[in-house]
Amino acid sequence: MPTAEVSNVRTLKVKRFKPSEDPKNTYLNQEKGLWAWMTTVDHKKIGLMYLGSVTFFFLVGGVLALLLRTELLSPAETFIQADTYNQFFTLHGAIMVFFVLIPSIPAALGNFVLPMQLGAKDVAFPRLNLASLYIYWIGAIFTFIALANNGLDTGWTFYTPYSTQSTTSVVWVTLGVFILGFSSILTGTNFLATIHKMRAPGITWGKLPLNLWALYATSVIQVLATPVLAITLLLLTMENVLGIGIFDPALGGDPVLFQHFFWFYSHPAVYIMIVPGFGIISEVITTFSKKHIFGYWAIALSSLAIAFIGFLVWGHHMFVSGQSSVATTVFSFLTFLVGIPTGIKILNWVATLYKGSIEMKTPMIYVFIFLFLFSIGGFTGIMLGALSADVHLHDTYYVVAHFHYVMMGGTLIALLAGLHYWWPKMTGKMYNEFLAKIAAGFIFIGFNVTFLPQFIMGSQGMPRRYYNYIDQFTIFHQTSTIGSYLLGVGFLIIAYYLYKSLMSGEKAGSNPWGSRGLEWQATSPPDFHNFDHTPVVINGPYDYHRPMEEFQLGLADSHNGHGTHHEVNPDPELAGSN
Amino acid sequence: MANHSTSHPTHVQHHFVDSDQQFDTAKMGMWVFLVNEILFFGGLFCAYIIYRAWYPELFSEAALELDTFWGAVNTVVLIGSSLTVAMAIRSVQKDQIKGLKINLLITIALACVFMVIKAFEYSHKFELGIFPGQYYTYDGLKHAMAPIFFSIYYMLTGVHALHVIIGIGLIYWIYRRAKNGEFSSEYYTPVEITGLYWHLVDLIWIFLFPLLYLIE
Amino acid sequence: MGSLFDFMLPDLKSPMTGASTDALMAFIHIVSFIILAGVTIAMIYFAIKYRRRSDDDETPLITHNNALEVTWSVIPLILVFIVFGWGYSGWLNLKSVPDNAYEIQVSAYKWGWTFSYETGAQIGNEVHVPVGRPVKLVMRSQDVIHSFFVPDYRIKQDVLPNRYTYVWFQAEEVGESQIFCTEYCGTSHSDMLAKVIVHTEEDFQNWLADQKAGGGGTPVERGENLITIQGCVTCHSVDGSDKIGPTFQGLWDNQRNFENASSQTADENYIRESILDPSAKIVEGYQNQMVSYEGRLSDDDISDIIEYIKTLEE
Repeated sequence: MPTAEVSNVRTLKVKRFKPSEDPKNTYLNQEKGLWAWMTTVDHKKIGLMYLGSVTFFFLVGGVLALLLRTELLSPAETFIQADTYNQFFTLHGAIMVFFVLIPSIPAALGNFVLPMQLGAKDVAFPRLNLASLYIYWIGAIFTFIALANNGLDTGWTFYTPYSTQSTTSVVWVTLGVFILGFSSILTGTNFLATIHKMRAPGITWGKLPLNLWALYATSVIQVLATPVLAITLLLLTMENVLGIGIFDPALGGDPVLFQHFFWFYSHPAVYIMIVPGFGIISEVITTFSKKHIFGYWAIALSSLAIAFIGFLVWGHHMFVSGQSSVATTVFSFLTFLVGIPTGIKILNWVATLYKGSIEMKTPMIYVFIFLFLFSIGGFTGIMLGALSADVHLHDTYYVVAHFHYVMMGGTLIALLAGLHYWWPKMTGKMYNEFLAKIAAGFIFIGFNVTFLPQFIMGSQGMPRRYYNYIDQFTIFHQTSTIGSYLLGVGFLIIAYYLYKSLMSGEKAGSNPWGSRGLEWQATSPPDFHNFDHTPVVINGPYDYHRPMEEFQLGLADSHNGHGTHHEVNPDPELAGSN
Repeated sequence: MANHSTSHPTHVQHHFVDSDQQFDTAKMGMWVFLVNEILFFGGLFCAYIIYRAWYPELFSEAALELDTFWGAVNTVVLIGSSLTVAMAIRSVQKDQIKGLKINLLITIALACVFMVIKAFEYSHKFELGIFPGQYYTYDGLKHAMAPIFFSIYYMLTGVHALHVIIGIGLIYWIYRRAKNGEFSSEYYTPVEITGLYWHLVDLIWIFLFPLLYLIE
Repeated sequence: MGSLFDFMLPDLKSPMTGASTDALMAFIHIVSFIILAGVTIAMIYFAIKYRRRSDDDETPLITHNNALEVTWSVIPLILVFIVFGWGYSGWLNLKSVPDNAYEIQVSAYKWGWTFSYETGAQIGNEVHVPVGRPVKLVMRSQDVIHSFFVPDYRIKQDVLPNRYTYVWFQAEEVGESQIFCTEYCGTSHSDMLAKVIVHTEEDFQNWLADQKAGGGGTPVERGENLITIQGCVTCHSVDGSDKIGPTFQGLWDNQRNFENASSQTADENYIRESILDPSAKIVEGYQNQMVSYEGRLSDDDISDIIEYIKTLEE
């Protein structure tokens, strides 16, 4: 036990360190005050600030969603006018996609967890990390300027030529999202460099937690796809300001070309949103079934496969757009291929449960909800990938329901799983398990009541982005609206008990779930530099058949890497446990 | 990672184990960023390729409106500046801080020459009425899609010029730090990664020049 | 096959275009349902059977099983190949218009549809077609992108500015079907509706002949027809009710107050200017939203419309 073969050549002097259950110094009580937070380069604080920002935007987007659903209680005007409705659904989409889903898991939870799972003190470029948060806020300010100044009514997809003719503030929003893109690029760049260069001794690629494989794949997509969105939005801005004509048919340009450009980013963006969710599921499901993950490499590599194939399927948003027949056929074919690695993941997770020791704590409940809802999202995705079926279903509520099952049933539920899972680590407090389960129930039921009817009315022909509708759809719309209220209640309950937890929650130990993950070998909340010692890893993150002691190793004479030497120990038998 | 370091020199940030790790990480980060830049320009090149495939005759006609001589001069100027940046890095590796500073200044001068020539090219076109898109008023080239060609031309060269300006700023900043004696053969990471950036700016121009000016 | 999920689809009225789609949807629904049920039952069964009994529970080390991985990769792969081929063949059918198809020109605009026949007949927001005969619609847009969708026929196609796209169908029963615009196009996107009206061959020919005869008429009748075909009525009511633009009722010879605080009496020249250069004067309380009809309406057309507006007194 005391010595650890870290690579073929080196032997490290290690010692067992048991995290304190009652830490005195944590990242939360060092560097206090607003200014310290605003200028911090600590990945944990930046992660929390991202979490706060994302929560704020989720609240805005969620309220918009409830207003939209309320308006749809009856055909024609219920309480807002058509133009207002169009602005609301545009903003709901743009905010949820660009300000909530894309940064939610990587920038908020990922930022917090990634260096800890690597045994690093911070991400590779801490100042860039802070810069990315500020860039996110600047992008947000641009969007709010647009809101105050005529709003936006183009749909979040900004299709030309509608967006070049619209009298609303298209330019402000495209600039805002353009700026926001850089925040995403910086996060991705940072994570790639961190995962490559900052792993603690012993963390080989084969011992990388699956959460990091997922974040790695996500970062690759962020780095490769976001610049294309940036240039697209820059061209669109120029189209509005200078009339450059590349996308505007009135000036000889091609609107379908815009759609290609747009979806070249925005389809991979879907994977930017969902792949990090996959990472969380792998972490939570192993912890709460106390079992080694089934098919580690299948899950790890399928994330990369999804990232790769995800770049080649953007045209499936355009089967009826008038793109060439060859393109349509190829895109349909590739779309099915991206479904396979996703299916492999689901089955591997279910297989992980087999012969486990399963404890249905809140994060695990969310994993189960995820597996159910995301499977439905996946199957309906297969439906939409089939050419003739897509001709019928394209731009109907079926598509709306499909992507809510994927994005909300997938990403957001995974985010909730991760939030509940890492909450004790982030805050050092426990939440009310009973209320958490009630809230999960509300969310599960509310979600299905909201979106299942949308599959039915969609395949009956109800188009999306409709303010008015014909009478036969009334009953579906009303059911859906009631479901959305249940969902709202669920989120209110979560807000309530998490607030209570912050104020007066029970103290969490360093490892309340008995996880083998490296982040759980730090105190809760962690020290400013994450670990007392530079951690040394000899086991995989899911080796639940090994005793906990083997997961609590650190370099013997390193005080957190500060000012001391870590030497190669020439002789293999060595010192100190406890 | 490396476990052989001795002490923690001042230029090594707290979260790195040693200078090597910091250097490797910074370099990797810069490479990732460069990939990013290539995709950013890739979008514009895509628009270029598509419109060229649709209207090949437009592109050869419109290329005649661009001044190949000054384009070629600019190419030489930028390649020269890439060379001086490489020499700057070589100097700092050999601890020749004076050589570093001189090479950085020459690079800045060459970049400025590039921008001045670019400004002359632009203003000449503006005089003729060659503006992008709907503001195009030039009579010499009547092709219906000519405004779109020049939209693409201005977007490509404009975004590139923006990168040159940012590069001038970065190199000046490096020069100031060099003057303060921050760099040595032990620590020159910022010089190295700024150099990488500048090579990319050069490389993109080497693509732009034949694609826009030299169409037969 | 597929009766389990039949409630999800509207009645199929053009089996030539929709039968393959319906069968494919049923197939995907049933297979998905079986797999989903399997996954869900397995999950719940494991959660109960292997629930945690004590914190010291030990679990076996099961890292992977290649045979299993291959099985659950290959079976879905085969299934999606079937789905791909099926969808592709259905789609080819949607793209292959029968040679004897009856052709109708469609023009989409914000926010309505104009259908033009080979006889010169034009009609707004209704397309009359013969039963049992393939019909091909050749479509273009006058402004932004729209999309032509008939759920009963399982057909949909985007309608683009400066490019033609097409769809075809063959209605097998007399009756009506709903047309939706499914590409978001602004304020009245959800009111950009139309109907397919299917006649017997004989009724259709009669209807077409009537159209031709009725194409003449008095200037007032022509004007009334034009404001429907050209979609004016989408935004301007003729009964005084408030829509996106000011109503036509009582417009004639009345005082108009503009956003820039000026005012004018509505005469021929004012109406003509409002049609050709709509942004020149904006009536108080309304947005500058209308596009110019220059090139879409002849001078005679405009005169006819003015004549019609004169008849709309309060």
